Amino acid sequence: MNILVCVSQVPDTASKIAVDASGKKINPAGVKFIVNPYDEYALEEGLRQKAASGGTVTALTVGGDTAKEALRTALAMGVDKAILVKDDVREDSFSVAENIAAVAKEINPDLIILGRQSIDFDSFQVASMVGEILGLPSISMVSKLAINGTNVTADRDIEGGKETVETTLPCVISAQKGLNEPRYPKLPDIMKAKSKPIEERPSASSTTRVEVLGMELPQSKRAGKVLGDSDGDIAELVRLLHEEAKVV
Amino acid sequence: MKILVFLEGQENHLKRASKEAITAALSLAPAENVTGILLHGTSEQAQAAGAFGLANVLVAQGDMLKDYSVTAATSVIEQAVQQTGADLVLFSATAHGKELAPRVAVRLQAGFAPDCMAIELDGNQLVATRPVYAGKASQKIKITTPKQVASLRPNIFTAKKAASAANVNVQEFTPNITAADVKTKVTNVAVNEGKLDVSEADIIVSGGRGLKAPENYHLVESLAKALGGAVGASRAVVDAGWRPHTEQVGQTGKTVSPKLYVACGISGAVQHLAGMSSSKIIVAINKDKEAPIFKLADYGLVGDVLEILPKLTSKINEVHGKPNHN
Ligand SMILES: Cc1cc2nc3c(=O)[nH]c(=O)nc-3n(C[C@H](O)[C@H](O)[C@H](O)COP(=O)(O)OP(=O)(O)OC[C@H]3O[C@@H](n4cnc5c(N)ncnc54)[C@H](O)[C@@H]3O)c2cc1C
Ligand SMILES: Nc1ncnc2c1ncn2[C@@H]1O[C@H](COP(=O)(O)O)[C@@H](O)[C@H]1O
Repeated sequence: MNILVCVSQVPDTASKIAVDASGKKINPAGVKFIVNPYDEYALEEGLRQKAASGGTVTALTVGGDTAKEALRTALAMGVDKAILVKDDVREDSFSVAENIAAVAKEINPDLIILGRQSIDFDSFQVASMVGEILGLPSISMVSKLAINGTNVTADRDIEGGKETVETTLPCVISAQKGLNEPRYPKLPDIMKAKSKPIEERPSASSTTRVEVLGMELPQSKRAGKVLGDSDGDIAELVRLLHEEAKVV
Repeated sequence: MKILVFLEGQENHLKRASKEAITAALSLAPAENVTGILLHGTSEQAQAAGAFGLANVLVAQGDMLKDYSVTAATSVIEQAVQQTGADLVLFSATAHGKELAPRVAVRLQAGFAPDCMAIELDGNQLVATRPVYAGKASQKIKITTPKQVASLRPNIFTAKKAASAANVNVQEFTPNITAADVKTKVTNVAVNEGKLDVSEADIIVSGGRGLKAPENYHLVESLAKALGGAVGASRAVVDAGWRPHTEQVGQTGKTVSPKLYVACGISGAVQHLAGMSSSKIIVAINKDKEAPIFKLADYGLVGDVLEILPKLTSKINEVHGKPNHN
C-alpha cells in the first residue's frame, strides 16, 4: 500500500506564547516546536499499515525550513520518504489542503492519513478538505481502523458514543488518540535521519479565503474566591454557587 | 445576507448545539433570510426549530440519506444552498459538523471559519473570533469569499426560545443524490447507554490523580449525580486505566464549555485547560493552593479532595432538597 502521512509542526503546548509586532501571529522566538501530537498517531498508523501489507510511507509537511525538523522525526520513526512543500505563510488551511492534494495527485496514495487537528490553529479541517478536493471519501477522528483488501472500516467518536463508518480505498482518514501507541524513535534512527534526504518543492497554492485580522492573548484573569476546607467553607462554596453564580 | 443552518436532530428534538446555531444565525439576519436544513429529519424536529424562531426548514428526504454519509450530506447542502441562495452556511462544531463543514466549504469555494466563539458581520463578510493555541490565544478572522462557511463551538452561544414560536414553513426537499455521492456510510452507532456525555453536559465534575485510586472515583460520581452532571477525567487517570477515554477532557480529549466545571484533584496542566477553559464557572478542589487550576477557577477549596467531596455532595443534596429551589 502506498501511504501518505501529513505532518504539521506546532509549538509545544507547554511553551509560553506571545503575539508578534504584526499583532496577527505569534512570535516564534523562544518557542519550542514539536510534531503535532495527533500526527504521531497518523505516522504510527501509516507504519503499521505498511508492516501489514507492504508498500511505502511518505511523510509530507507544508511549511518553512524549520519544519524540516518534523520530517526528521518522521524519518526517525521509519517513513521511507519525506517531502517539504515550502510555504512560509500557510495562514489559510485551505492552501495547506491544496498543497497536500497536489502532492497526492502526483504520488497517488491508497491511503492518506492526517491528524485529527493541529494544535496550533485547532481548526480540524485539513483532512475533510483534502478528501473533498481529491473527490475521495474521508473519515475523521478515527480511533480504530481495519483495512481488508480495499474495504475500510473505522470507528469514530461522536457525542455520547461511537459510530462505525465504512468506505473503500483510496481514502483519507484523520487520527484520534486511541488509534495506536506511537513508537519512540531510537537514538541510532534519530542519528541516521539527520542525513536522509528531504525532497523540497515549491508551494502549488496561493489561495487565501480567510484573512487574519488579529490575535490576542486573553487578559481577563479570573479573580477567584479561594476558600479552605472547613465545613463552613464548603457551605459557603455551595451558597456562592447557588446565589452568586446561580449554577446550582 | 442569506443563511442556511445545518440542524442535527436527536429523536424528536434538535441537538442543543443546533438550537444555539439557530439563535446565532438569527442574530445576523432576519428570520425570512434564515433556513434550516435537516437530513432525513422529522416534522417534530422541524417544529422544534420553530420554537427557537426559525421560520423556514428544509427536510431532506431520500433513500440514499437513510444512513448518514458525510459525502452525501455535502451534496445535499450544496443543493440546498443553490435552492435558497444562501451566502453563509452555519454548522455546530459537533462530531458531524466538524467533519462536514470543511467539505462543504471546499465544494462551495467558500472560506471557512472553524470552531467560532463569536461571530459578526462586516458588511456581507463574516468576522469570527476563535480560540487558537489550545485556548492560550484568540484569533479574529474574516472570510473574504462571497460564499462563506462557519462552525460554532457548542455551549458558547446561548440558545434563545422565541417569544412566540414561529410558524414553521416545513418544506420537503428531495435532493438529487446518486450512489457516487455516498462515498462513506455510517453502518452502526453505539451509544454509551445511560451516561451523559461530557460534550453535551451543562455540569461536569472531573477527577484527576489527586483522587489517589480508582476506588475513590465514586466520590466524583456522587457529586456529579447530586448536581445532575456528567463525569469527566484528566488524562492522567485515563492513561492509568481508571476511566474510559470518552470521559477525558482536554487537548487530546473532549472540548467542553459547561455552565459549571468542577475539577477535583486536577493540577490544571495547559493540556487539560485547553479542553475546559471556556467553561462559564470553574470550581477547583486541590490540596495545593499553588496548583495552576486555581488561576482559572472562579471558586476554589484548598484541601483534601477525599474529605471534601462527601461533605460537598451532601451539602448540594441539601440545597436541592429545598422545596423552593428551581
Ligand atoms: C500532547 C499532550 C496532550 C495531553 N492531553 C491532555 C488532555 O487531553 N487532558 C488532560 O487532562 N491532560 C492532558 N495531557 C496531560 C497533562 O499534561 C497532565 O499530565 C494531566 O492533565 C495531569 O493530570 P492530573 O491533573 O490528574 O494529575 P497531576 O498533574 O498529577 O495533578 C494531581 C493534582 O492533584 C492534587 N492532589 C493530590 N492529592 C490530593 C488530595 N488528596 N486532595 C486534593 N488534591 C490532591 C495535586 O496537588 C495535583 O495538583 C496531555 C499531555 C501532552 C504532552
Ligand atoms: N502545514 C501542514 N503540513 C502538513 N500537514 C498538515 C499541515 N497542517 C495541517 N496538517 C495536517 O492536517 C491535520 C489537521 O490539521 P488542522 O485541520 O489544521 O487542524 C494535521 O493533524 C496534519 O496531519
